[in-house]
Amino acid sequence: MTHKPLTLAEKVWNDHLVVKGVDGAPDLLYIDLHLVHEVTSPQAFDGLRMAGRPVRRPDLTIATEDHNTPTWDIDKPIADVTSRTQINALRTNAEEFGIRIHSLGDLDQGIVHVVGPQLGLTMPGLTVVCGDSHTSTHGAFGALAFGIGTSEVEHVMATQTLPLKPFKTMAINVEGTLRPGVTAKDIILAVIAKIGTGGGQGFVLEYRGSAIRALSMEARMTICNMSIEAGARAGMIAPDEITFAYLQGKPHAPEGQDWTDAVDYWKTLVTDEGATFDSEVFLDADTLDPFVTWGTNPGQGVSLLDRVPTPALIDDPNERAAAMRALEYMGLEAGTPMKSIKVDTVFLGSCTNSRIEDLRAAAAVVKGRTKAENIRMMVVPGSARVRLQAEAEGLDQIFKDFGAEWRFAGCSMCLGMNPDQLAPGERSASTSNRNFEGRQGKGSRTHLVSPLVAAATAVRGTLSSPADLEEN
Amino acid sequence: MEKFEVYSGVAVPLKRSNVDTDQIIPAVYLKRITKTGFDDALFASWRNDEDFVLNQPAFANGSVLFAGPDFGTGSSREHAVWALRDYGFKAVFSSKFADIFRGNSGKQGLVSGVISDAETEAIWKIIDENPGVEAKVDLVHRTVSVGDLTVNFEIDEYTRWRLLEGLDDIGLTLRDEQSITDFESRREAWRPKTLPAKGA
Repeated sequence: MTHKPLTLAEKVWNDHLVVKGVDGAPDLLYIDLHLVHEVTSPQAFDGLRMAGRPVRRPDLTIATEDHNTPTWDIDKPIADVTSRTQINALRTNAEEFGIRIHSLGDLDQGIVHVVGPQLGLTMPGLTVVCGDSHTSTHGAFGALAFGIGTSEVEHVMATQTLPLKPFKTMAINVEGTLRPGVTAKDIILAVIAKIGTGGGQGFVLEYRGSAIRALSMEARMTICNMSIEAGARAGMIAPDEITFAYLQGKPHAPEGQDWTDAVDYWKTLVTDEGATFDSEVFLDADTLDPFVTWGTNPGQGVSLLDRVPTPALIDDPNERAAAMRALEYMGLEAGTPMKSIKVDTVFLGSCTNSRIEDLRAAAAVVKGRTKAENIRMMVVPGSARVRLQAEAEGLDQIFKDFGAEWRFAGCSMCLGMNPDQLAPGERSASTSNRNFEGRQGKGSRTHLVSPLVAAATAVRGTLSSPADLEEN
Repeated sequence: MEKFEVYSGVAVPLKRSNVDTDQIIPAVYLKRITKTGFDDALFASWRNDEDFVLNQPAFANGSVLFAGPDFGTGSSREHAVWALRDYGFKAVFSSKFADIFRGNSGKQGLVSGVISDAETEAIWKIIDENPGVEAKVDLVHRTVSVGDLTVNFEIDEYTRWRLLEGLDDIGLTLRDEQSITDFESRREAWRPKTLPAKGA
């Protein structure tokens, strides 16, 4: 080969060029798959209607209801009027524009980033967009997947393309072997703490190295999901045999000759030897501990074995001020051991950690154990299918016996658009992706954790890892 | 979209870093299905605090925001831009913007200009000394002036051109419709289609 060595992201980008931008204009990229949900789409559909434009490719578009949907009593009308209005608007729009929709109660309903991969619509080498920043999740397959705003949603609906400026590329190298109790969630929380919430801005991240290669598809999705929390619109992992095995046989996976052609192409989707990244980061998997956040942005995280940081010791004045404000909001004292922080609610769910492996991991920890007094644990599967699978495996019974709430699928307490919210001042250990002020309800205090830490915390009542349960 | 060339309005100091879109507009306001009328939602939880900058009479009519680094991080919600726009903001300046926010702002006629942290602090100081002072945003020359201080700001050249001309993105893209159709004719058969629907 004589051509310039390319990164994975550059290859996918180049294979979707409709028009190469000249004189400072952006490139025009073709979009293979457009995922739609009820929150960021109504104004886009309205825009199409006003301009008299159709959806160009309904056959590359799919909608699901997730952000607003209740996780109890899903057979009853949605109580909140505005939530109901938004859901109804999506249903009407899907009908009018000929778009496939999976509504509440449908077997394929669920969080949009759980549904796409589960249907086999997410594949290596695609461009995937959705009006949701956690679209980066789909990068786990080696797709270039990123969140877009509502104007862009309308643009993709009308043209199946997006004008985009090329991204820079950043390699996140994670070498080594994770210790027991340490998971993909801990890797990504540690990466974000290392590079900061703005560190990935303008970049596509490519997660590489032996620790990444060893991860299952679902764990890879957890990592790519939170790329946006490091400021990057997209995160990618090169597809491999684990990817192909996960996809094969999924409802929309290619079949026959198409499968062979696809796999032949997918195998080329690796960063070439000699390709250069604009930036590189290294993380040692061997020494990584379970990671948890103490503050109000996902970069404010430490090892679970560590203490709440002391703002006075932070050099950067902006970060110091942010840390002081975060501690005040979180109601925490500098120097407090993370493990002594008492939690009110444990939330197991969200597009980060609500897949079957997450539920299995948490169930294995709580099985046969007793929930700490006064703690509430909510388990919200990522999709109706995940819920059914968990029930087939008896996980629902394990959670119920433990005293957890076994709920229906949706975004739920990750962002509290439905009734699943924390009360002011209430503290959660949450497997979701954002610990922003008020994210889980006005005045809510969120600690981001892995499913294993969430489960162990529900047993002990304070932030804990499964190892802490063994010591008792 | 209206053309944006030169604009003057009250400068507002927002002395915080990492202003994420959950702070710009909390999720509870995202349930609306309209594209306007989000002015009440802007910084909704902070506005409960009477000391918050927009609650001070000098800044209540503010329209040019000077924020700390990492503005607009987090959720992709374009409502953050709509809320700023509906409140009356025409331009936001920071040393660093989240990518999605920046893309969204350009599409709604909101200028998001990058200036340095030192420049931001110098402007904050001028505003502190003269609350209610106006900022003049000159997109033609890419400068923003507050009091005696004029600084250059960075904005993507293509976005600047679109803002200056008031051009709509979809209309621009549809000029290339033949190229899109040609591209579609070359797409491989293995690429997924959502229709007809196949269940799991």
